[in-house]
Amino acid sequence: MTAAISVTGLTKRFGDRTVVDDLALEVPRGAIYGFLGPNGSGKTTTIRMVCGLLKPDAGRGRALGFDVISESDRIKERTGYMTQKFSLYEDLSIRENLEFIARLYRLDDVKGKVDESLEKLGLSERAAQLAGRLSGGWKQRLALAACMIHTPDLLLLDEPTAGVDPKARRDFWDEIRRYSRQGVTTLVSTHYMDEAVQCDSIAYIAYGRKLVDAPTRDIPKLVGLSAWRILSSDLDAAEAALRGAPGVELVARFGAELHAAGRGGTALASSVSALKSSGATVEPMEAGLEEAFIHLMSHSADNFR
Amino acid sequence: MTAASPAFAWSRVVAVFLKELVQMRRDRLTFAVMVMMPVMQLLLFGYAINNDPRHLPTVVEVRDDGPMTRSLLASLKASSFFDIVAVARDDVEGDRLVRNGEAVFLIVIPERFEERLVRGERPQLLIAADATDPVAAAGPVAALDAIARSALAPELSGALRPLAPSAPPYEIVAHRRYNPAGITAFNIVPGLLGVILTMTMVMITSIALTREIERGTMETLLSTPVRPVEIMLGKTTPYILVGAVQTVLVAIAGRVLFHLPFTGSPLTLLVALTLFIAANLMLGYLISTVARTQMQAMQLTFFVFLPSILLSGFMFPFRAMPAWAQGLGEALPLTHFLRIARTVVLKGGGFDATGRELATLAAILAVLTIVSLVRFRRTL
Repeated sequence: MTAAISVTGLTKRFGDRTVVDDLALEVPRGAIYGFLGPNGSGKTTTIRMVCGLLKPDAGRGRALGFDVISESDRIKERTGYMTQKFSLYEDLSIRENLEFIARLYRLDDVKGKVDESLEKLGLSERAAQLAGRLSGGWKQRLALAACMIHTPDLLLLDEPTAGVDPKARRDFWDEIRRYSRQGVTTLVSTHYMDEAVQCDSIAYIAYGRKLVDAPTRDIPKLVGLSAWRILSSDLDAAEAALRGAPGVELVARFGAELHAAGRGGTALASSVSALKSSGATVEPMEAGLEEAFIHLMSHSADNFR
Repeated sequence: MTAASPAFAWSRVVAVFLKELVQMRRDRLTFAVMVMMPVMQLLLFGYAINNDPRHLPTVVEVRDDGPMTRSLLASLKASSFFDIVAVARDDVEGDRLVRNGEAVFLIVIPERFEERLVRGERPQLLIAADATDPVAAAGPVAALDAIARSALAPELSGALRPLAPSAPPYEIVAHRRYNPAGITAFNIVPGLLGVILTMTMVMITSIALTREIERGTMETLLSTPVRPVEIMLGKTTPYILVGAVQTVLVAIAGRVLFHLPFTGSPLTLLVALTLFIAANLMLGYLISTVARTQMQAMQLTFFVFLPSILLSGFMFPFRAMPAWAQGLGEALPLTHFLRIARTVVLKGGGFDATGRELATLAAILAVLTIVSLVRFRRTL
């Protein structure tokens, strides 16, 4: 079984700015692959190159077994791409949008497929409503329905839940999981930790380069962080004391507690232990994804400027 | 693995076509403009434009007094060319009226006009025209001779008989063929159909792609298997229907309001219209592949409009232009459509008389189509 996406050396330049730099990506079939990184790190550009919307300046690869450069027509047939910004027709109704997309994929029973899709969306009664009048959450569900209508093998989702409430986001992910069980491969870019943990694997990119690419649960270990939890009556003081202290690479508030993390285990331990004198409670904890990514984000800038 | 999708599928053209129809229907204002524009423009220009100007404001400077002068003045007043707005007694008043635009002509009847005429001294009658608009000045200047001649004829009888101008030893006979009455509307209406079609067709397709780009929908469109040629056909064909509606409206109005004769082959005109509409749609579509925003597209359409109106032979005689300008004009679809339309509508022509023009239109259409397809970007 070949990988759903397998690209190497992917490079894209806009003018003299290298947006994606020598990127390799291997996404197994049926996987939910998370694509993380700060704004402007090249996530959207990479996704567009995979589905043939942008031509890479260098690199090669295959998606669904087809060459990403010469066979993008074949890839488009079997791929559903959900853009970051809502990009269906706001002056068409929900039904008209779905019918249009269904016809472009030359589906056999357009009406049947659209009815089915509307049913699944729970939009049967509002099918005649213009897409432009929908709320953010409904627009996003419509967009997902549109890119799923031809039952693709590969889903490319570019920040699909930006600006959507948590409930809608949860429903959305239930849907993605269901597709995954049916064998659909998903590559999803996101900013949200609660989305990242839903992914089987994560590729983290910054400034066009891939920093980490591993199964989600291995990432904190891979980054090599040790972490401490600090409880104190005066968190502000504790935070101030920790900032810049030896071994402390990261200090972040999590509700009523403070997390400190760093790669130098002993230096970090002594810096944190110093807080005990001011009445704080400190205990070691397992570094989570969130710490790992905050760490990656704050360090990627130094490494790649 | 599924079989590869064909490189061209009518079903996808139909998909784009249906989508465009729905969008067109929903954009009521644009639709109304497209339907109303031909009628409004036809009424406006059909009645407004006149290449044979009459009733031009004129000031007469009268420095003589006598039966001949009075009779001359009466004839000028009766003429449809001149509307006498003032009779001046000196040159200051006359000059002022022409300079500030209240009069277009100054006619001077000099001192002792009658006396010198009777003596056989051939006194001068001066007509000064405001030639800032040469076209308006030409006709009436030529008419003055005839007016003076007929005004003075009755006076030059009896003893003055020898002074009466004799008829030239030949006679010039002019036939205004195909438009015997020289009615401007007959020339304007078929041309106006071409201008209206140029404006609406080019404008509407010039934003066809830029609108998709600006709204972000291009990204969705390009991520589906739809091919450039399918998008092009699907996006332009709905407007062939719009063009047909406009044509019918202009034809009805031309017939009912302007009594435009139709003497030629309807089939020839139909073929010409189809080619012409398609060529304009392609021209707009080409603009759409060049421009990145709707605003740019609109600005580019004006590069088409002005030459189309000024260099096609719609406003000014084509043959009067220098060769290079005629060359530019030949590249415009409107130039060829105008020739065909006038040939068919007024001169009773058919395919035999318009074959070359039809072939040129088809060639222009082919070139525009190919360039548009080459220009179409399949990537963002």
